[in-house]
Amino acid sequence: MTVTAQAAGSQRTAVRPASAGRAGFGGALRSELTKIRSVRSTYWTLFAMIVITIGISALLSWGRIQDYASQPAVVQAHEALRIRSRATEFSMFGLILGQLVIAVLGALTITSEYSTGMIRTSLTVLPRRGTVYAAKAVVFTAVALAAGLVTSFGSYFIGQAIFATHHLNSSIGQPGVLRAVIGGGLFLAVCGLLSYGIGALLRSTAGAITASVALLFVLFVLSGFLPSSWAMHVDKWIPFNAGGAIWENLSGVNMFSPWVGFGVFCAYAAVAVVAGGILFRTRDA
Amino acid sequence: MIEARGLTKRFGDKLAVDQLSFTIEPGRITGFLGPNGAGKTTTMRLILGLDHPTGGSVSVNGREFSRSASPMREVGALLDAKAMHGGRSAYNHLLCLAQTNSLPRRRVGEVLDLVGLTEVAGKRSKGFSLGMGQRLGIAAALLGDPALLMFDEPVNGLDPEGILWIRSLMKQLAGEGRTVFVSSHLMSEMENTADHLIVIGRGRLIADCSVAEFIERNSVQAVRVRTPQPDELVAAIRRVGGRVAAAGEAIVIHGLAADKVGDLAYENGIRLHELAVAQASLEEAYMEQTAASVEFRAGGGPAAEQAEEQGDRVSTGGVA
Repeated sequence: MTVTAQAAGSQRTAVRPASAGRAGFGGALRSELTKIRSVRSTYWTLFAMIVITIGISALLSWGRIQDYASQPAVVQAHEALRIRSRATEFSMFGLILGQLVIAVLGALTITSEYSTGMIRTSLTVLPRRGTVYAAKAVVFTAVALAAGLVTSFGSYFIGQAIFATHHLNSSIGQPGVLRAVIGGGLFLAVCGLLSYGIGALLRSTAGAITASVALLFVLFVLSGFLPSSWAMHVDKWIPFNAGGAIWENLSGVNMFSPWVGFGVFCAYAAVAVVAGGILFRTRDA
Repeated sequence: MIEARGLTKRFGDKLAVDQLSFTIEPGRITGFLGPNGAGKTTTMRLILGLDHPTGGSVSVNGREFSRSASPMREVGALLDAKAMHGGRSAYNHLLCLAQTNSLPRRRVGEVLDLVGLTEVAGKRSKGFSLGMGQRLGIAAALLGDPALLMFDEPVNGLDPEGILWIRSLMKQLAGEGRTVFVSSHLMSEMENTADHLIVIGRGRLIADCSVAEFIERNSVQAVRVRTPQPDELVAAIRRVGGRVAAAGEAIVIHGLAADKVGDLAYENGIRLHELAVAQASLEEAYMEQTAASVEFRAGGGPAAEQAEEQGDRVSTGGVA
């Protein structure tokens, strides 16, 4: 394309807008919404999160059912009760990978500002950094929660349809089930928020994603290797176990109850977000 | 109006900006000159609050820029043509910026029109050439119709057409009564655009004066003569108060006009083989000024005079 040299000379550079021009939190929210909806990575990661979570959940549910179907009737009678009581969490277990995908988006929301250099422009048009940081977090959380709820409800209903083929499904009206399904969406949103805070701390996409995966996934895997005398005390504090309490039926006596566990998980995220926010405000951009 | 008082910024053990004090007066183009690495970008980042000063302070319209209630109305800045998310379209880039200050959506269309990017408004900016990126950055700076504009090396890497466009734009902006603060490492760039100059070297202030003053102060008028009787001529010149900067077969004289030197030679019966007027170019004067600042930094206090003296000598030497 060609740009013409006389563009500048031909018109006045501005017609002063009458009332506009005040910087505030409302404008910051609108701006962050425009930012998040105007790049492709948002759609790709959310799409990946939904597909991966629902796909893995459905696969696991189908696997359970195949296992069950291949058992002799005596065993089936015994298994049925166990499967039915855990049908909800089986149908949502894809969240273990979904959490990593939303962590990528959470990190990108802030680290892409640094990797592209956009941060310098963002903080020039709105130098109140606390406002920028908070607006970004609020918009990201809202988007992550909406997509998270789609993911968890999608996983739940598809999984239950699979369990229903052998009458092993739970129903949303049963005690604790709706909490678990909504909890799955909340869990994803907080995973993303934790990663957002880490992103603000590290300011590097690769670093933030690595750290988030380590906290959310690797710690959980490693905890499986702990001697049981340790595991008793440590397991419930592992982020995935604490946050998962809200959607998993953690029968272990050493685990947190659903809301307490989720509260602990939120506290982890809050530490990351607050620490990230302090550095975001004080460091040179 | 921008006021810096003792502004200092240290990165590790490197002093990027050192006790800088200056005032940028409204309604004119102030050129910000210095060699690469002199601290121009850091100073601009300090003004905008992107960096926090190690010492001193800088205010925009009387307070820290970060306290501004309507930052885009006060300052429009282009520090770096690549300071944008390449995956976002030009339109959405400008829209998300406009929204932060609750500017009307139509401003986006207006500034796109102004910089000539309307046709590519829907395209992602990662495909833009440097010139187009620069135009998009300028569009962003103009969104809030700011009273003050800051450009960091705006013509770097641009083709002649782009350079011309930026120059005329800056003049137009100043003509509309805006303050323009523009940095460059090229004196020639400032010669035809700026009204006022702030010159720094190694983070320190070297000059803060009008362009005319800078030229007058630094591009020394000199008369260059060749004569077979140098000693007699030097003596004659010194008698009438002229200064001889370089002696030998060719003599460079300060403080006397060429006709005066010719008359003086005639009166004293000195033969001249050559008589010429020379003027150091602004570029040379500026280079010497900033080169001297490097030595001033390294040599400490007493070197100030030495640096000045040296500046004098070499600027005329450059003419010969």
